[in-house]
Amino acid sequence: MTSLNPENAQRPEGAAAAPLAIELIGINKHFGPVHANRDIHLAVRRGTVHGIVGENGAGKSTLMSILYGFYTADSGEIRVNGAPQTITDSRHALALGIGMVHQHFMLVDNFTVLENVVLGAEDSALLRPTLNKARDQLKALARDYGLEVDPDAIIENLSVGQQQRVEILKALYRGAETLILDEPTGVLTPAEADHLFRILGKLREEGKTIILITHKLREIMAITDEVSVMRQGAMVQTLKTAETSPEQLAELMVGRRVLLRVEKGPANPGDVLLDVENLIVTDDFKVPRVKNISFQVRAGEIVGIAGVAGNGQSELLESIAGMRDQLGGTIRVNGRPLSLAGDDGAARARLAGLAHVPEDRLRMGLVTNFAAWENAILGYQDKYGDGPGLDIAKARDIAGEYMKKFDVRPANLDLKTSNFSGGNQQKIVLAREMERDPDVLIVGQPTRGVDIGAIEFIHNQIIKMRDAGKAILLVSVELDEIRSLADRILVMFDGHIVGEADPASADETELGLLMTGSHPDRAVTEPGTLPAHETPAQQTMVQMSPKDNSGRETN
Amino acid sequence: MTALPRWADVILLPVLNVVLAFLVGGLIVLAVGQNPIEAVGIMLYGAFGYGSGFGYTLYYTTDFIFAGLAVSLAYHAGLFNIGPEGQAYVGGLGVILIGLALNGTHWAIVFPLMIVCGALFGAAWAFIPGYLQAKRGSHVVITTILFNFIAASMMGYIISRILKPAGVNSDESAPLEAITRVPQLRSFIELFRNSPVNLTFFLAIAALIFVYWLIWRTKFGYAVRALGNNPVAANYAGISNQKMIMIVMALAGAFAAMVAVNNVGGVQGRLILNFVNGAGFVGIAVAFMGRGHPVGVGLSALLFGILYQGGQELAFQMPGITREMIVTIQALVILFTGAMGDMLRGPLGRIFTQPDPVAGGK
Repeated sequence: MTSLNPENAQRPEGAAAAPLAIELIGINKHFGPVHANRDIHLAVRRGTVHGIVGENGAGKSTLMSILYGFYTADSGEIRVNGAPQTITDSRHALALGIGMVHQHFMLVDNFTVLENVVLGAEDSALLRPTLNKARDQLKALARDYGLEVDPDAIIENLSVGQQQRVEILKALYRGAETLILDEPTGVLTPAEADHLFRILGKLREEGKTIILITHKLREIMAITDEVSVMRQGAMVQTLKTAETSPEQLAELMVGRRVLLRVEKGPANPGDVLLDVENLIVTDDFKVPRVKNISFQVRAGEIVGIAGVAGNGQSELLESIAGMRDQLGGTIRVNGRPLSLAGDDGAARARLAGLAHVPEDRLRMGLVTNFAAWENAILGYQDKYGDGPGLDIAKARDIAGEYMKKFDVRPANLDLKTSNFSGGNQQKIVLAREMERDPDVLIVGQPTRGVDIGAIEFIHNQIIKMRDAGKAILLVSVELDEIRSLADRILVMFDGHIVGEADPASADETELGLLMTGSHPDRAVTEPGTLPAHETPAQQTMVQMSPKDNSGRETN
Repeated sequence: MTALPRWADVILLPVLNVVLAFLVGGLIVLAVGQNPIEAVGIMLYGAFGYGSGFGYTLYYTTDFIFAGLAVSLAYHAGLFNIGPEGQAYVGGLGVILIGLALNGTHWAIVFPLMIVCGALFGAAWAFIPGYLQAKRGSHVVITTILFNFIAASMMGYIISRILKPAGVNSDESAPLEAITRVPQLRSFIELFRNSPVNLTFFLAIAALIFVYWLIWRTKFGYAVRALGNNPVAANYAGISNQKMIMIVMALAGAFAAMVAVNNVGGVQGRLILNFVNGAGFVGIAVAFMGRGHPVGVGLSALLFGILYQGGQELAFQMPGITREMIVTIQALVILFTGAMGDMLRGPLGRIFTQPDPVAGGK
């Protein structure tokens, strides 16, 4: 496997210092209408750390899943050590020396480290010889790479950083020469991340190849030799890390596209309609995602929250909309604090005058099995009919009006919602939420997957609502969208608001740096006040204990 | 998955599945040396051919409608209720308690009270798994299965130790007086002589209509369907998923308990050990064959009613065919309509999507 394919050595790229461990040529992958990977070319040299950066949805994970055999590319070629391969599944990828450390660990929680490492790689029906062999190998690996983990510890008792080490050990035990790490530091504390980078450095010294997927540019600058930037499914550029800068990478990542022209007068901010104070929100795994955020949105202004996806925006939106309990802090709509007791907080938020266009229309904003008219009243179903009965005629009338006004095509009330295109589905959601005349509108990714013509319409509707004196909170990963719509921009990174900018004067590079947490002046330190990384056992305790609502005002 | 025309999905597919089940059943009948055509004839005659047999068919159908509704109502909320058996059993306690308390009172007063009281008991029994699912995340499939066993043990104790009058040998409660029992249709309609079908049958028909209205015509039903199709969207819509789960499970239990009104109030006039006798489990098959829709539930309940009554007739008339053979044929129907219900979907879809060569030539 180490001998080099002579044909490959003569390729022009082969003239560089190290031979290629992995080469992807012209990879294409579609998911239905989505072109997730467009003609991707990627060359990874052996014995290097190769970074892949890009926003969420840029196609990084799809590309790596193709390399790891989870998906098969529609077209294109994969070469491993110069030889073309058709990778059919992950076992095949491992046999070729490609190992993957997933963002979400694939470990059996109640097995020991040793058992997890040998799982699926047992030599025989009897476990004992395999375990003994693995124990010796683990010792050697721990010594060589600084991957110290107690082989007899139960996984659920280990910290997240240690669990990640087990994942790395698993791959190495199976003979991985190339390691793919997908957002490895997303769950780690800074100290754990440092340790990880030391391990990666040692692996590189020993001749292993590492592909590091991340959106944190500081990590790219710190550890990688080369970096490839992806945007919207395409490979934008591959650069030597030493010859680039975070500014350049941010620009490539976020993209510098023509601003959509939005006709918009100056804002006339009035009273505070949405007041968020010291908000702390955790995700489903009790990991804090929104870390003590305060801001206000006034009547007649659009506040945009910019940030790379996955930095707490989703949790922030869901929390304000009443769908996610907060660990601390208060949300006031029209000056009245929102009560979050029970799991129907969204109904009370609507009652208080808040409307919510969710980030993910399919997962949250629509019941795709419902007919269009049924989705046009989702969340407002109790307003149709006085008694227990649903006033279907009234609901259909309203739905018909919405479809006409927002030009939903086809204008068929009875068509199942899943049969509409993404843009038309989004219009159903937007019509439903915007036509209710709410005081506060919170909008997540309003134009995701929407065609250009509809984008303009949607943007104009949002401006119109602002001019009608509504308070609008806009979250979008499209920086252009934020810049053209928002009157104020708040930049969110790692659960914090790391900066505020005026869209008229903000420098795109500056924003990009803020969004990726690599701004020299605004480097984020961990809050320190939160139990950011509990052990799984502690998490279970938290989940099992009754929710503490004592700090919350109720009305 | 290939999309079928609606009529093919709703009518053709289930019919083909049943035909297939009967074909395989016919092979089994052949294998034991009997004539399958004759067997089907006896079965149909037993189910429809004479008044008393037809009455029995309707009596079984009544049970299966209620059990089927108990499953399909929960299924609309995304809950798989395996517990109608136990819910019906516990519902029987409510029916007999109110019956015994008012023993001797005219049925016109007691019948509605039996419905209410039985429903309350069944609802309470189903509410517990609902509560555990909503608040504790204990999966309702597991808990309802276990609650069937708990119900069997608990009811066994109550019947044999508490309700059994002194001096009675069999495990059953004291009987209700004739005037208190739910009247059987044979007292009005000569056709149904000797058969136990009673007024509860009309309650079942009303329940089918009610469930249709509830699911597709009310705000509550809207919330139920939203929850069943996409719990996250339901949460987004401000629907309390926890409350809905508990309410829907309780309602399902109430429907299951109507099996007890049919049996305890209308036929036996007393609470007998193990009176549900599997009707609750048949309800699961009925609900799935009927695709959760009241019309489908009604029709598939009728099919299982035919299988039950006709099957007993068959076992009686054809000595070569035993009780077990009948159960096998019933199981085949469940297998083909439930577990393998989508088996023909692919081939059918290809037939429907292919352009008809003859029509294409025009």
